[in-house]
Amino acid sequence: MTASVLQFDPIRLPPECEKLRQEVRAFLNEEIAAGTFDPLDKDEASSFNRPFAKRVAAKGWIGITWPKKFGGQERSFLDRYVITEEFRAVSAPTSSYFTADRQSGPTIMKYGHVDVQNEILPRIVSGDCTFCIGMSEPGSGSDLFGATTRATKTDGGYLVNGAKIWTSNAHNADYMIGLFRTAPPSKENRREGLTQFVVNMKTPGITINPVINMVGRHEFNEVVFDDAFVEDKYVMGEPGQAWKQATSELAYERSGPERFLETFYILTELVRVLGQQPDLRGAEGIGRLVAQLHTLRRMSVSVNGMLAEGLEPTLQGSIVKNLGTLWEQALPARARDLAAFVDPDPTNMASFQHVLEFATTIAPKLTIQGGTTEILNGIIARGLGLR
Amino acid sequence: MTDRDTIIVDTAQRIFRDRCDPQTLNSTKDESWKQTLWNSLEESGLTLTWVSDEIGGAGADILDGFDVLHVAGNYAVPVPLAETLLAGWLLEKARITCPSGPMAVAPQRAKDRIELDADGRLSGTARQIPFAGETDHIVAVAYRGEAAHVVLVSAADCRIEPGLTIALDPQGTVDFAGVTPKACEQAAVSADDLHLMGAAARAVMIAGALETALDITVQYAQERKAFGRNIGGFQAVQHNLSRLACEAAAAAAASRSAADAIANGDGLAGDEMLLEIAGAKIRCGEAAGQGAAIAHQAHGAIGFTQEHVLHRFTQRLWAWRDEFGSESAWAVRLGETVARNGADAVWPLVASR
Repeated sequence: MTASVLQFDPIRLPPECEKLRQEVRAFLNEEIAAGTFDPLDKDEASSFNRPFAKRVAAKGWIGITWPKKFGGQERSFLDRYVITEEFRAVSAPTSSYFTADRQSGPTIMKYGHVDVQNEILPRIVSGDCTFCIGMSEPGSGSDLFGATTRATKTDGGYLVNGAKIWTSNAHNADYMIGLFRTAPPSKENRREGLTQFVVNMKTPGITINPVINMVGRHEFNEVVFDDAFVEDKYVMGEPGQAWKQATSELAYERSGPERFLETFYILTELVRVLGQQPDLRGAEGIGRLVAQLHTLRRMSVSVNGMLAEGLEPTLQGSIVKNLGTLWEQALPARARDLAAFVDPDPTNMASFQHVLEFATTIAPKLTIQGGTTEILNGIIARGLGLR
Repeated sequence: MTDRDTIIVDTAQRIFRDRCDPQTLNSTKDESWKQTLWNSLEESGLTLTWVSDEIGGAGADILDGFDVLHVAGNYAVPVPLAETLLAGWLLEKARITCPSGPMAVAPQRAKDRIELDADGRLSGTARQIPFAGETDHIVAVAYRGEAAHVVLVSAADCRIEPGLTIALDPQGTVDFAGVTPKACEQAAVSADDLHLMGAAARAVMIAGALETALDITVQYAQERKAFGRNIGGFQAVQHNLSRLACEAAAAAAASRSAADAIANGDGLAGDEMLLEIAGAKIRCGEAAGQGAAIAHQAHGAIGFTQEHVLHRFTQRLWAWRDEFGSESAWAVRLGETVARNGADAVWPLVASR
């Protein structure tokens, strides 16, 4: 019964992935040397960088697994895995395209009208297109099916009214994939009646209000819809059946290296401040953290490898996200403990303190975004047959 | 467990299922099942999976042996199967013909050292050797200077001070002073190699036992009623069991990866192999501790009794995490290696495979 939960095939990245990894590292090193981004400067860091996205696209690294007819390379998910983890390991500024590459594009490919596919997918691949995700609302966060923003049928399309919130990148986005109510929930199933749409963010009737986060940054937003018109062809899949449409994609969304590498730079800087001959406590602390990271990565590679083989390890994907986000969230505090008695060497320590403060303040969001710990535990418990 | 449907795994599963039902073993004082089980394992060739057929073994590959140990972990029975596999693996390296019957291996602790003098006599003490005193033979790695030798020793020739593990299974401190081995060959294998292989074996067994602990805990939560419903219906319990599943999954992935790395690797040396094996033993040891705690919490008082089978798994989880290097011991070694290589080598090592 529980055996499937525990199936993590020992997948290795094939040699062509390692060749790609070297290309990716060379590219990222050039970008860092050219000053495009600094992996450790968290004051200036902006993860949104369109010109950088264009250069990544020129390498063919956005939509790399997609069909050639949409501009993709038809390469394997393990190639995409290598690109993602190398970019994450140096905190490269991927936010102008990452959401589109990971989930919006694949959703459109699966459920979008052919005209919409042709309109949007090649623009994602060329690095010109940013997506945001319109799920949470002021009155419904984790409880996705409680969404009340309405899309009402009108001539040739729908009129959208309501509001989405915590929408990362809405102020930079060209499109949103939004979840709107097109019918009231049925008595038998409150999940019925929700429909996914692609919404052009330039549509009249859409207002974007910034929500400044506790670090003082503008990443997420409130998006208000006031009779915003969306054409029929932008409906994704079957109206009212959105709840059925997220199965295999969820495993991709949850199992990637971005689910445990968000604060990885802390580990590197911890090793730097503890030096090449740490005391027993420091050595043990590093050893445990590296063992845990190694395990998460093996789990993540395994899930992606199983996906590449056509399996649907959705439950394992939830396990990776659950363990991974808890780990990356705990990492700053553990690094702080381990570095507590280090002499404040002027160069190393300043850099460590800087990234530590940044990571400590962003840590709370890691187990909230994209599915909270509580929601994931519920999903895993359901997989165990407990609900 | 895995997708490798080999005859060897099927055979192991059948033997353990037929002979090691936890409830049956738990309610008997009669220990004759151990001999019956051992005879079945030996007849099927599973005890010498890592020994080539030329010197008396089954000639299966490394991964088959780890698969068998995973099944053994599922049943968590106190028979020296891992020890005999490891002993066979050492004898194979030295091309020494394998005796029949269960064997113990030494040393188990990283700091214990056994010496071989010019006259071919042994000295040194190996502490906490699992099943020492229960087997006719002990296979050890002994050093003459820097040269590692594999020695096959008659247990009756050694002074063995018996003891018990935290699971109340036999272990003993073995004094090799003055013992002349029955066979002795210089071999390209070190005591550290044995320590690494032993750690990987224990990691795989921990993953197997956690799998069963998860199964019986989920089943219990679906059956036990409190406040008018199954306790598995309470969110607090569900979330604990989810965490247990996550720990079992981490152990499964880490141990499987280490076994695969050893099976497909070229020897046990190098930082990448250290990451795989130390990583697995550390993470599986952590999962053993956290997993056992959650399983007990979910079972309440009944899980704390001799009558219930849970302790058969949790006590061995605690024993196995200590043997062939604790989490702390491996973490210090891995951490020292990572630190020595420097901060900028952390990611290349993690992403090396």
